[in-house]
Amino acid sequence: MARFLLKRLFSATLTLFAVSVLTFLMFFALPRDPVSSICSKNCNPERLERVRDDLGLNDPLISQYAGYMKGIVTGRDLGSAQGGRCDAPCLGWSYVTNEAVSDTIARVLPVTLSIVIPAAILWLLLGVGLGMVSALRRGTWLDRLAIGFSLTGASLQLYFVGAVLLLVFVYNLRLLPVPSYTSLFDNPAKWASGLVLAWVALAFLFSAIYARLSRAQMLETLSEDFVRTARAKGLAKPTVYGRHALRAAITPVVTIAGLDVGGALGGTVITETTFGIQGLGRTAVDAVRSGDLPTIMATVLIAAVFVVLANVLVDLLYAAIDPRVRLR
Amino acid sequence: MDSSEPSPSGDPDDRPAVPAQRSDQDAYLRVRDLRVRFDTEDGVVRAVDGVSFAVERGRTLGIVGESGSGKSVTSLAILGLHDPKRTTITGGISVGGRQVVGLPDEEVRRLRGRDMAMIFQDPLSALHPYYTVGRQIAEAYRVHHPKANRREARQRAVDMLDRVGIPQPARRFDQYPHEFSGGMRQRAMIAMSLVNDPALLIADEPTTALDVTVQAQILDLLADLQAEFHSAIILITHDLGVVGQVADDVLVMYGGRAVERGSVEQVLRAPQHPYTWGLLSSVPSLHGDADADLVPIPGNPPSLINLPPGCAFHPRCRYADRAGSRSRTEVPELRPAGEGDSAGHLVACHLSAEERATFYAEDIARVGVAR
Repeated sequence: MARFLLKRLFSATLTLFAVSVLTFLMFFALPRDPVSSICSKNCNPERLERVRDDLGLNDPLISQYAGYMKGIVTGRDLGSAQGGRCDAPCLGWSYVTNEAVSDTIARVLPVTLSIVIPAAILWLLLGVGLGMVSALRRGTWLDRLAIGFSLTGASLQLYFVGAVLLLVFVYNLRLLPVPSYTSLFDNPAKWASGLVLAWVALAFLFSAIYARLSRAQMLETLSEDFVRTARAKGLAKPTVYGRHALRAAITPVVTIAGLDVGGALGGTVITETTFGIQGLGRTAVDAVRSGDLPTIMATVLIAAVFVVLANVLVDLLYAAIDPRVRLR
Repeated sequence: MDSSEPSPSGDPDDRPAVPAQRSDQDAYLRVRDLRVRFDTEDGVVRAVDGVSFAVERGRTLGIVGESGSGKSVTSLAILGLHDPKRTTITGGISVGGRQVVGLPDEEVRRLRGRDMAMIFQDPLSALHPYYTVGRQIAEAYRVHHPKANRREARQRAVDMLDRVGIPQPARRFDQYPHEFSGGMRQRAMIAMSLVNDPALLIADEPTTALDVTVQAQILDLLADLQAEFHSAIILITHDLGVVGQVADDVLVMYGGRAVERGSVEQVLRAPQHPYTWGLLSSVPSLHGDADADLVPIPGNPPSLINLPPGCAFHPRCRYADRAGSRSRTEVPELRPAGEGDSAGHLVACHLSAEERATFYAEDIARVGVAR
C-alpha cells in the first residue's frame, strides 16, 4: 500500500511539474508585454528596458523559471517595484491589482472551497441516493420521477437555475439574503445562508449526472452473480443492497466525482458570476481580461494542483474500495 | 423418487401411482408440478413446465439438460431467488415439510443459506471481489446465528475452510477471492454454502468453470461432505459423466419438462428417451472406444416462448416419424418405462417400450459407443 501511494504521488509530482513548465512558457508565448502595462503611456524604450532588467525578464528562461519555482517554495525578493519581500508561497506580483498574487489567492480560494465542497457533498448524496432508489424501484413512479428530475437537471443551465432561485428565495419570498461570502470561521450561519443557493444550484445540475450514472451502475451490479450469492446466503435486502451491491456500484461514481470536484475547485466561474461572489473562477477570468499574467499563471497552477490531487485521492479511494487494485 | 407424476395438463393427484422405490413423504425436498413463467416483452417464457421430483437426505439427484432446459430456473425457484414481479411460480415446493411457494419473502430468506444452500457455477463471479473470502463465509454464518460474535464466526469459517481442504485456512481467511486459484475458490464457495449445515444443497454446474483435474477433486469433496453432513444434494449439470460419478438419481429435462427420470443405473445403463441417447453419445466416454466419434444432437434447444407442439423434442428426434403424427400434436406424459428392473424408471416418449429398445440398440450400433 505504501508503494502504491508513493508511485501515485511521484506521478502526480511529474504532472504538476509539466503543468508548471507549460504555464510558464505560455506566459512568454502570449502576445503581451507585461512591462508595457506597468509604465503605460510615458514610456521610452530605455525605461522599458530598465524595467525589464528589474523584473528579470532579460534573464535566461531557465533561471526565470527557477526563480519562480524557488519563490513558491522559499519565497523571494521581488524588488521595490513589486512590493519587496514576497514570502512563500510566492506567486509573483500583480501590476493590475497592485498586490502579491498570493494575497489575492488567499482571499478568493476560501470562497471557491466554500462553494464547491458543501455543494459536492450535497450533489453526491442527492445523486447517488436518487440513483439507488430508482434502481431498486425500477419501473415504478419513483423511478420515473427520479429520471425526470435528472433529465431536467442535465438539460438546464446554471445561470438559469441560479436566476430562478435568486428570484424566488431572495427577491420574492425574501427568505435568504443576497448571496455573499462570509468566512465560515467568522459567522457560520451567515456563511451558509449566503452560499446555500449556490450549493443548491450546483447540486441540482451535478446530481442529475450522478443519479443516472449510479442508477445504471446499480442495475448492472444487481445482476451480478455475487449479488445473487448474497441473497442465496439469506442476507436481508438492506445488507444485500448496501453492503454487497452499493460498494461495487459506487466505484465508477468515485472516479467521476473526483474529476468533477477537482475541476470545480479550479473555479466555478458561472456559479460565482451568477451569484455575484468573487471566487477563484471569476478571479481567473478577470485576470485573463486584464492581461494579468502572474494571476493567470497562479490560477492555472492552482486548478492543476486540485485536479492532480483529486486524481491521487480517487486512486487511493479506488484501492480502498477494490482490493484488486492494490496489486497493480 | 416421486411416486406419481402429473401430466402437464391433467390433475396431478388422479393419476395411477407408479411403483415407488421409497416413500415420497420422507423426502426432504418435494417438488410437485412446478411451473415457472417469466413475462417478457417477447412473450411468456415457460422456463419450467410441470416438473416433479423429490430428494431425500443423503441422496443426490442429478438434473441434466442443455442450457435453457429449465434446470437452473428450477433450482432458483426452490431457493426463492426469482424476482416475484416478473415471475409466476405455481406448483408445490416443500423443503423440510415447509411449503416454499407463496411463502412471504422474509420467511423464505430465513430458510436460504440455513436449510437450503447453493453452490454456483463460476466461483470467481459468485464471490464478492471486494471482501475477503473468510468474511463472506463468516457473514453467511452470522446472518443465521445472530448471537455468534465475530470471533466465533471467524472460527467457524476457518474450520469450514479447513474441512473443504484449503491449506492454511487461518491465513486464507483474510485473502480475497482473486488470490485463490479456481479450485480453491470453489472449495471456499462450498465451505460458505455448508457453513450452516444445510439439509439441502443445490450445486449448479459446480465443476464447469474448473480444470478437469480439479473437477474430480471437487466432486469427491461433495461426496465426502454429503456422507458427513447427510444432506440432500441436487447436482445440476449438462454432463452425464458427472452424474454417473456422484448422483443416485437422474432427472433429464428438455424444454422445461422432465423427459426421463430414474436411478443412475437405470438411466445410464438403459436410457429410454432419444434425447438422453443423444446426451450420452455427445459425452466422451472414459471406458468406451477412444476412437468413437462424439455425436452432437442435431438442431438447437427449443425456444421456451414458442415451444414446438406435441413432444418438444420431435424436431430433433430421429425417431419422431415412427410415433406418427402424435409426436407433433400430443405432449407425451411421463410414464413407467417398463416392468421389473425398470420400476421407478419414467420416460415421456410416444414410442413403445419395444420400439425404444430396438431403436436404442440401433443407436448404439450407429454411434459405435458401448456404454
